[in-house]
Amino acid sequence: MSGRSVSVRRGGRLGGSWAARALLLLPLTFLGLFFVYPLFEIFRESFASDGFSLAPFGDILGDDFFLGRIWFTLWQAVASTLLTLALGLPSAYIFARYDFPAKTLIRALTTVPFVMPTIVVAFGFVALVGANGILPLNLTSSIWIILLAHTFFNYTVVVRTVSALWAHVDPKTEEAARLLGAGPLQVFWCVTLPQIRPAILAAASLVFLFSFTSFGVVLILGGPQFATVEVTIYNLTARLFRLELAAALSLIQLAVTFGVMLFYARFQERSAVPLNFQPRAAGARRPRGRREGLLILSNFLVVLAIVLAPLLALVERSFSGSDGYTLAHYSGLETNTGGRVFFVSLSGAMKNSLWFAGATMLVAVPLGTIIAFALARARGRLRTLADALFMLPLGASAITLAFGILIALDSPPLNLRASWVVLVIAHSLIAYPFVVRSVLAVVRGIDAELREAATMLGASSLRVFRYIDLPIASRAILVGATFAFAISLGEFGASLLLTRPEYSTIPVAIFRYLGQAGAERLGAALAMSSVLMVVSMAGFLIIERFRYRDVGEF
Amino acid sequence: MFRLRIGRGMPAWALIAVLLVVALTAAACGTDDDDADDDAGPEDFTGQTLTVITHDSFFISEETIAAFETEFGVSVELLPTGDAVEALNRAILTKNNPEGDLLFGVDNVSFVRALEEDLFIEYESSALEGVDERWIFDESGRITPVDYGYVLFNYHKAALDEAGLAPPARLEDLTGAEWKGRVAVEDPNTSSPGQQLMLATIDYFGEDGWLDWWRDMRENDLIVASGWEGAYYVEFSQYGGEAWLVNSYATSPSAEVIFAETELDESPTANLLIDGASYLQVEGVGILRNADNIGLAKEFVDFMLSRRFQEDIPLNMFVYPVLNGAALPQAFDDFADVPQTVAQIDPARVAEKLEDWLDEWTDVVVR
Repeated sequence: MSGRSVSVRRGGRLGGSWAARALLLLPLTFLGLFFVYPLFEIFRESFASDGFSLAPFGDILGDDFFLGRIWFTLWQAVASTLLTLALGLPSAYIFARYDFPAKTLIRALTTVPFVMPTIVVAFGFVALVGANGILPLNLTSSIWIILLAHTFFNYTVVVRTVSALWAHVDPKTEEAARLLGAGPLQVFWCVTLPQIRPAILAAASLVFLFSFTSFGVVLILGGPQFATVEVTIYNLTARLFRLELAAALSLIQLAVTFGVMLFYARFQERSAVPLNFQPRAAGARRPRGRREGLLILSNFLVVLAIVLAPLLALVERSFSGSDGYTLAHYSGLETNTGGRVFFVSLSGAMKNSLWFAGATMLVAVPLGTIIAFALARARGRLRTLADALFMLPLGASAITLAFGILIALDSPPLNLRASWVVLVIAHSLIAYPFVVRSVLAVVRGIDAELREAATMLGASSLRVFRYIDLPIASRAILVGATFAFAISLGEFGASLLLTRPEYSTIPVAIFRYLGQAGAERLGAALAMSSVLMVVSMAGFLIIERFRYRDVGEF
Repeated sequence: MFRLRIGRGMPAWALIAVLLVVALTAAACGTDDDDADDDAGPEDFTGQTLTVITHDSFFISEETIAAFETEFGVSVELLPTGDAVEALNRAILTKNNPEGDLLFGVDNVSFVRALEEDLFIEYESSALEGVDERWIFDESGRITPVDYGYVLFNYHKAALDEAGLAPPARLEDLTGAEWKGRVAVEDPNTSSPGQQLMLATIDYFGEDGWLDWWRDMRENDLIVASGWEGAYYVEFSQYGGEAWLVNSYATSPSAEVIFAETELDESPTANLLIDGASYLQVEGVGILRNADNIGLAKEFVDFMLSRRFQEDIPLNMFVYPVLNGAALPQAFDDFADVPQTVAQIDPARVAEKLEDWLDEWTDVVVR
């Protein structure tokens, strides 16, 4: 009926439709204009100011100091990833397989750390495990506080990404294995793990990247002896103005990112298994018996300790004044008592934050989804190459990109450096890879036979997309949207570099409060952080309610 | 050519080609804005927007800015771009097409670089008549001084009382056993007050001896934070940390009183006045060479030296105004101290040696 030949290759085809290929131009143009072009400009400025030279690379790679920094960045990222996986996987299992009271609320709560500005998190951790901390443990200036802080931030990445896929795994495959005599460990290793491995690798690669490019956490909690490559790039750019060294390090960081993502993509290729998707509800059930109830409880005690305790310590301090508990810090957030410029009222900052978060979602979700579907259709070496390329913005140094934007987007037709649009762009650049990872992990596993069956029955490629691909991917798109929202809310590095006072978001406003001495200022910063926590949680809960045409259950 | 394709029809090289073409087209199309403003035009500035680039610690009352806006019928945009060092570097990066008309925050050390990079035009404000000569640090007339302040150690009174210690009289004393793990400073690589302390020690101990002091301090469990916020709000015992002494500003004790939650008669902290160990910073403003609104910028420089602006500075920025006879708030007289002698650094020498010094410091204290 359609007149087009049916391809029996796995994964179907992009459908011969030029419209679908034209869609790919959208993300490519976006990246070309707002990622490649600014980087190109700053690298040109850095390397060519005194005549083109590649000597800076020699300076970096020949210097023990820089090599030491690169090595430290690498191993702390690996350690952070392993720790986060160790804590996140059991939770992912529980979220995927069990239904329990306040499940949605708890999941939203554990996503909040992702949004918190690092200086505020530092207070929380110090309040807990600092020299005079609540817990009898002093971890200041040890690597452990950094690893724990990374786990704190990234726990939700593992839980959400893995549980989204795990929830769709058919329990019948496990039951069949058990019937055939396999022990629980064997069942997990041979049956479950291969099916959820794509999500584990996806989550692990993201956590690695975040820990690798970690800036605020390392800077504040670790002190000068623990400095990552990102911190070094920042110093070289903003403070020492040694642009050529900074650019060389930036490129090295990008190369490492690319290498890691290439490795991951190739590994991912070999581990993708066509899944027999089940509706989400079929897998999740209430806990039966005391053992399962205990399992859930103990898991959440650990979660509470690492993920929630610093948040709670923060909130507690925001209410404490010199005379016991008070609401004064909160009431002071709306009124400009000093009558000074740069005052950002809470409502003003919140409006800005929500506006940018919404705009980021609108940009990052379509961008990421288009890329994910294109990648899923791609084959072989091109796919791994393109996959790694599209993840590059996560590994780009925020300051390098920001400075590049300052000199690239400074005149018509792209005079954007002074407008709010540039903030949405910056947020979207960091957010869309999450959408890609989340959607790709699911789309890649869609059984080709489903599509082929539809095509053979006469469905055009558009209908196949709308009635098969989209519903299956809708949950993953939702996860991606949640991340885009969270990232935009909590984005601090690039925002601070590119913002104008009237566009201040909540993290920027918190930073301004901390720039001055006085207990009142600190109290205001803590109060605003608590509000940020509540706003982001509310946002996550609202997004969770969205279903694509009521087919969110499948 | 590669046989690799996306779906049907888009070869691998096309993917990369599209990205590059878009990027290079944008690069080719973008032209640098060549703004040579003719400032010999009429005095009427109505409707213009003046952009003042500042560092993050710049604060002033809305009313003061509104007064200028009303007087000239213009609007003023204030753009903070990082701390003093970062703001300067960023202005240098964008000097061919600056982000604003004026740059505030160049000080008596960093100005050497600003002049080398030819950031500013010359302008001698008539208001300089009311400013004492000692604050004018740029003789070429390109940077106009606006305020000054001191960086030195603050101490937590209650903590010292409890430990039965008197505030130390010399910097050398800080290497003693009673101060082990009780001193917090900022990393000069990432913090302006941290850098200023480092320069003060170079003057105090001399270029041959300063590293020894830092070595001893490291042995004495010196706490190094990456920025002032970390040092002050996390490490300082006033806020629950371990350090009884923190490197901060002479006006921080006043801020403690002004921003206290309940009314205080006394400040909980005080300044450590050690001869020659305090660092004097004089800040100024300059008109950027390629600015859009040079005429209006000159008016703003005059305005910054007006009594109204100068008297608004102390309670906003916690530094001192340069204008002779400008009134100071009571809290400054009561709780902030003006050091009698300060460290004297030759700015040209700093411009030459700063990177080496930072390297040496990092070697001794961190690695």
